[in-house]
Amino acid sequence: MADLHIPDALLVKKYVDGNEVALSTLIKRHESKIYGFIYSKIADRDISNDIFQDTFIKVIKTLKSNSYNEEGKFLPWVMRISHNLIVDHFRKTKKMPMYRETEEFSIFSIMSDDSLTIENKMIFDQVEVDLKKIIEELPDDQKEVLVMRMYQDMSFKEISELTGVSINTALGRMRYALMNLRKIIDKHQIILTN
Amino acid sequence: MGKIYSKKALATQDLKPKKEVVSFLLSYSQALTIVKIENKNFEIIAN
Repeated sequence: MADLHIPDALLVKKYVDGNEVALSTLIKRHESKIYGFIYSKIADRDISNDIFQDTFIKVIKTLKSNSYNEEGKFLPWVMRISHNLIVDHFRKTKKMPMYRETEEFSIFSIMSDDSLTIENKMIFDQVEVDLKKIIEELPDDQKEVLVMRMYQDMSFKEISELTGVSINTALGRMRYALMNLRKIIDKHQIILTN
Repeated sequence: MGKIYSKKALATQDLKPKKEVVSFLLSYSQALTIVKIENKNFEIIAN
């Protein structure tokens, strides 16, 4: 109990001289202020505990190596160490943000599975089959350009060279191919959705 | 009595670190010895 009336500076001196109880008194005296300060910035108990621990590890190392020279200002000094560690923490999380699941926030709102479900895959496959059948209905010159462009991913320059027509003709054939596809789809009231 | 809709400020709560953290720090402090040799600090942790 007597330790409660001893100033910080004297406790620091005692600790540096080898009195381990002095450290315990210093921690008990200031733990609430320091932890509260960290928690007010971090708002996460586990991370706040980590930062509190790292803060005092620095304090212990500095005191034990006799590098401390701010007598009488123990608390502001510890607060400054914890402040620097908080800044370091935010720098790290900015580079690699960590998300925790809470009641308001679900981790699945930022994580999603982009692959198709079995049902969507079946629909997708059916659409592909229907589309190929419709393409077969197109005149040969238009079908040729459309297949080269859409399925073989060729440029209009390559298509024009391969089919022996100008780029403008190839572009025109593509345009007519798409217009005719739409006409066929409308005429037969085909629904191509996924 | 009217309801208070404002949230409590985080810093006003009486927050304390885990007992395990404080206990670890005290044990760490007891185990740690720092020896200074030619401007270099050597940390020795006793088991």
